[in-house]
Amino acid sequence: MIPGPFHYHRPTSVAEAVALLAAHGDDARPLAGGHSLIPMMKLRMAVPDHLVDLAAIPDLKGICEDGDRIVIGATTTQREVIGSDLLAARLPILAETARQIADPQIRTKGTFGGNVANGDPGNDMPALMQCLDAVYRLAGPDGSRTVPARDYYQGAYFTALEPGELLTAVEIPVPPAGHGYAYEKLKRKVGDYATAAAAVVLTLDGGTVATASIALTNVASTPLHAAAASALVIGTGLDAATLKAAADAAKAITDPATDGRGTAEYRREMAGVMVARALAKAMRRAKGA
Amino acid sequence: MPVDSPVVPVALTVNGKPERLEVDPRTTLLDALRDRLHLSGTKKGCGLGQCGACTVLVDGRRVVSCLTLAVMNDGASVTTIEGLGTPDALHPMQAAFVACDAFQCGYCTPGQILSAVALIDEGHAGSDEEIREHMSGNLCRCGAYANIVEAIRTVAGQEG
Ligand SMILES: Cc1cc2nc3c(=O)[nH]c(=O)nc-3n(C[C@H](O)[C@H](O)[C@H](O)COP(=O)(O)OP(=O)(O)OC[C@H]3O[C@@H](n4cnc5c(N)ncnc54)[C@H](O)[C@@H]3O)c2cc1C
Ligand code: FES
Ligand code: FES
Repeated sequence: MIPGPFHYHRPTSVAEAVALLAAHGDDARPLAGGHSLIPMMKLRMAVPDHLVDLAAIPDLKGICEDGDRIVIGATTTQREVIGSDLLAARLPILAETARQIADPQIRTKGTFGGNVANGDPGNDMPALMQCLDAVYRLAGPDGSRTVPARDYYQGAYFTALEPGELLTAVEIPVPPAGHGYAYEKLKRKVGDYATAAAAVVLTLDGGTVATASIALTNVASTPLHAAAASALVIGTGLDAATLKAAADAAKAITDPATDGRGTAEYRREMAGVMVARALAKAMRRAKGA
Repeated sequence: MPVDSPVVPVALTVNGKPERLEVDPRTTLLDALRDRLHLSGTKKGCGLGQCGACTVLVDGRRVVSCLTLAVMNDGASVTTIEGLGTPDALHPMQAAFVACDAFQCGYCTPGQILSAVALIDEGHAGSDEEIREHMSGNLCRCGAYANIVEAIRTVAGQEG
């Protein structure tokens, strides 16, 4: 199991990386942690002629606060996401999700940006980014642009990223202090991709839900923002009937494949279960219980 | 399509010793260690990041060496099982694996030991449950898990 031959590049700036990617178009791929790309190359499902390693570009690293947003550089590792005090204080759902990705070794090298840019429906960060209404910053030969996470994913491994472009960072609007959150992931074993998973962020006004956002992982060819399910919990106290209605609304937009993780029916059902669990947990957290 | 990959230079410090190699860029860190530096203690299981047999420390952090290219680690410091202890002076984790009978065939063991050393360094040896969670990247086909947890608990207790 050896990848096809390629040229290895190690630019030290975003401009240099974009120039390399643009020069080689479809034949070039950015390389971050390599933990999705290298397996694909070993299996010859990807045979890029040029790999543009992003590791030596300082501008792509780090987590910072920018007004009411948190900006995470593309090559920040999952391990760094888990270890960030800023994220722990402002966006604890990031570490909760990152801890459910793969295993400690993979999280040492696997990057946040690689996870969101990849386009594999099994990746966990994309649904979370849709839940949080994050915005992706892309750099390309014609300059920079932004794409909302909710518009980025077009199909399995098809995204809004054009050849020659690079994801440089992700901007996440910070939910208000005291918000409730949960990432609930059903998997066959620790380290597995999701059978189904749900991300929830909500805020309360008194005992009722003031705002809510729900998104789903690995139950369609793209992550799914469950807008209808999110809308119908607003103004409720998340009683049993509402939880069931939200789970049903979320299930209705899923289109899972039958695979080693279960049949399509089972995985759709589990998407509903994950939504109900994540909503209930987020509610408990928002109430401070 | 490149006909072949032009070789690239890589400088590594492996178990404290500086090494300079010229490699095909396709060479994984694992293959560089085993086939070029003849450090065959690091094992290849799946080659796809799923088993942890190839775990080594890069700049003190545990990684799967089968999914990282040697060139990506240019300038890095790598610790393999050969660099942890010697047969006469075992690292405490190696000694604990022997004392606790934490292996059968031994194929997963170098990776288990490197991962266990990193786990303690990360501060994840608080309970058996935490140890199991943070050893989840290392599979053992022989099923020595219970004794592996015991070995790690023993070393964590000595250090704590
Ligand atoms: C055993 C195993 C289990 C795993 N389990 C999970 C899991 O449970 N959940 C999960 O979410 N993931 C899982 N993964 C995948 C892992 O999280 C990857 O690290 C991640 O999907 C990709 O990040 P990377 O940095 O390794 O990217 P790479 O593999 O380097 O790149 C992945 C893709 O994204 C592109 N890319 C990378 N960075 C950028 C960028 N900045 N701009 C544009 N394109 C870019 C690359 O060209 C490539 O196409 C698992 C991987 C393994 C090996
Ligand atoms: S050989 Fe590297 S994880 Fe299995
Ligand atoms: S001791 Fe045989 S695989 Fe673990």
